[in-house]
Amino acid sequence: MTTFNPDEATARRLAGLSPMPDGPRAWDPVTGDGSLVEDPATRAPLVLGDRSFNWVTETVCGYAEKGPGRWWMPTFLVSAHVAGLMPLMILYLVITGVGVWGLNNVVDWAWDITNFVFWIGIGHAGTLISAILCLFKQKWRTSINRAAEAMTIFAVICAATFPGIHVGRVWMAWMLFPIPNANQIWPNFKSPLLWDVFAVSTYGTVSLLFWYMGMIPDFATLRDRAAKRLLRSNGDGPRLAVLGWNTDKVRAYAYGFLALGWRFSTRHWQNYEKAYLMLAGVSTPLVLSVHSIVSFDFATSVLPGWHTTIFPPYFVAGAIFGGFAMVLLLMIPSRELFPGMKDLVTMRHLENMAKIILVTGYMVGFAYAMEFFIAWYSGNAYEADVFLYNRVMPPWLAGPDGRYAPYWWAYWAMIFCNVVSPQIFWIKACRQSVKWIFLVAFLVTIGMWFERFVIIVTSLHRAFLPGSWGMFFPTPVDILTFVGSCGTFLTLYLLFLRFLPQFAMSEIKNVMPQADPHGYDVGGHGHGHGGGKAAGAHHAPDAPKGGI
Amino acid sequence: MAAATREYRTERGAKVYGVLAEFPNPGVVSHAAERVRDAGYSRWDVYSPFPIHGIDDAMGLPATKLPLVVAFVGLTGACLGFIFQYWVSTEGYATVVQGKPAGAWQAFIPVTFEIGVLFTAFTALLGMLAFNGLPRWHHPLMTRERFLGVGDDKFFIAIEADDPRFDPEPTRALLVAAGATSVELVEEELPPAPAPAAH
Repeated sequence: MTTFNPDEATARRLAGLSPMPDGPRAWDPVTGDGSLVEDPATRAPLVLGDRSFNWVTETVCGYAEKGPGRWWMPTFLVSAHVAGLMPLMILYLVITGVGVWGLNNVVDWAWDITNFVFWIGIGHAGTLISAILCLFKQKWRTSINRAAEAMTIFAVICAATFPGIHVGRVWMAWMLFPIPNANQIWPNFKSPLLWDVFAVSTYGTVSLLFWYMGMIPDFATLRDRAAKRLLRSNGDGPRLAVLGWNTDKVRAYAYGFLALGWRFSTRHWQNYEKAYLMLAGVSTPLVLSVHSIVSFDFATSVLPGWHTTIFPPYFVAGAIFGGFAMVLLLMIPSRELFPGMKDLVTMRHLENMAKIILVTGYMVGFAYAMEFFIAWYSGNAYEADVFLYNRVMPPWLAGPDGRYAPYWWAYWAMIFCNVVSPQIFWIKACRQSVKWIFLVAFLVTIGMWFERFVIIVTSLHRAFLPGSWGMFFPTPVDILTFVGSCGTFLTLYLLFLRFLPQFAMSEIKNVMPQADPHGYDVGGHGHGHGGGKAAGAHHAPDAPKGGI
Repeated sequence: MAAATREYRTERGAKVYGVLAEFPNPGVVSHAAERVRDAGYSRWDVYSPFPIHGIDDAMGLPATKLPLVVAFVGLTGACLGFIFQYWVSTEGYATVVQGKPAGAWQAFIPVTFEIGVLFTAFTALLGMLAFNGLPRWHHPLMTRERFLGVGDDKFFIAIEADDPRFDPEPTRALLVAAGATSVELVEEELPPAPAPAAH
């Protein structure tokens, strides 16, 4: 019995060992480039336009060497100024006290923790793409993983800031770490809040290692290109405007330092691939554990609305859902702004991500519904009350005693953005349209922020006794701190776009059809003579482009 | 180790690092790697912009021991993390939380896992670098202009002069027969500027 392997079939076709399928390639009518091909026997190409390895190098290195274009500096300046709000607001908070936020005795966690969970969730898509899709051998990840991993790091930076500042007296934040304080008091390892410290710091560290390790070969490529230009120009190349140093010399040293002397040796690649696989292997349970532990912060409490066992999977699915939306929000504009990027991030990539949003949107929708079911099925009056009169009931459907949920608009905004809006992806034309995908990604990002707001604030604002009921209203400091964190995120991402390799070149080259050594006609099989007359993998113009 | 190797020097007295041969594509370089392997060389390497599928077998490389090291350190880290939490909770600052015994080990599992992952990740990266002899910011091959294309789309085999079977002429002939498009000698020291032309 034989199994059909599309990769092998393509490789055999390219090598001329099996015939090409009859007729021209089944082009998809939407993009016209084959990226949305429906024929299951023909895999959509991952790099469009029948590109060479050199094209990938020139394009990706070109982004870092030539710069993104005129739009970059104004965008960077605006976002850097917005980012500046964050340290300003934090400074104001530290010198004044947490009273500058809208917190009160009833709602003592609000935007701070909402923003924390929002940002840490955004990061999860990056790890999902780099680790989980790697283990599942999803080759389409290669052109989106680097940007998604970068996004993870920046999101974790934004996320980690919030619990650090919400502790109130930030100079006591060191007590989060397992160090005994002056009274020889150690932290409590039975508290999910301490687990969270370990989960988030491990997650940030491991994501950084994973990201950096992936970039080592690409740093080496950038270094070698700069060194080559330096050698050819004999030191007469362009110079930095500020210090007057030779640009290529700066690049050769900076990228060369970061590349750690990588020289593309196979003996090195062997250890590298193994290490990469192991990092992917531990990152996968890690990413699941991080948001599970974040959800324990709530689920281990006795508060109705928080005390549910569905929280870990519900939070993880929501994190992936919101994270993919953010990946799309970042990649769609990049794709328009950087020349050649549409051949690397194809319509197929966007469609795949739209499908993941649809699936994970169902998972969070299921979790929303299940919370109601359990509130009813458990017969717990407090829980039923929380869901009906804290979350969903709009004023015009007020109960017999005139009660309604003051935050009903937040709940229904969440439902609209997270459950209703992704349904548009059932329509093929919509999930294959950049505009619709961007719109839904935008709505989902808003919806996921509201999800955390709903969980945190609506559960807290009415506790068991009506005497401890209250409302939360954000102050300008609350709002500007969050806006500042968005600016920080965008600023870091813009710096990434400007200076670092945006795509994993070695990984992209590895999934291109010509990377397969069996696709070449090496003169004489076995170890006979005449090994020199190798022919490249020439494809006929109408032949399949070796989609993998 | 085989008998002591001869030391080769170029006409200007520089020690020879080895020969560097360029190949046109992954197919030819894989095939050439099989021939170099079968000729019994041991100190040599294939250089390619990405790890070529099946090249480990073509070179006859044994499986790397890195996973064993990583598993050992990762598990050690997890154990240490558990012991630390147990010590803190029972000896360092024993306190009753939620009526649980001081050493309620179930609560220590999440942090044990995170510490295990942290140790594993550091060992994977640092172990990879250590096994590869990196960081090493200079290497004789990097002095060759032709070699600077390896991160782009060039494929090379370098056979080192330390190899017991290395002999400039037969080694060069083997690489040419295996399909090399160019073969050049690499010196240990930097060539004088301006860089001499290839060959």
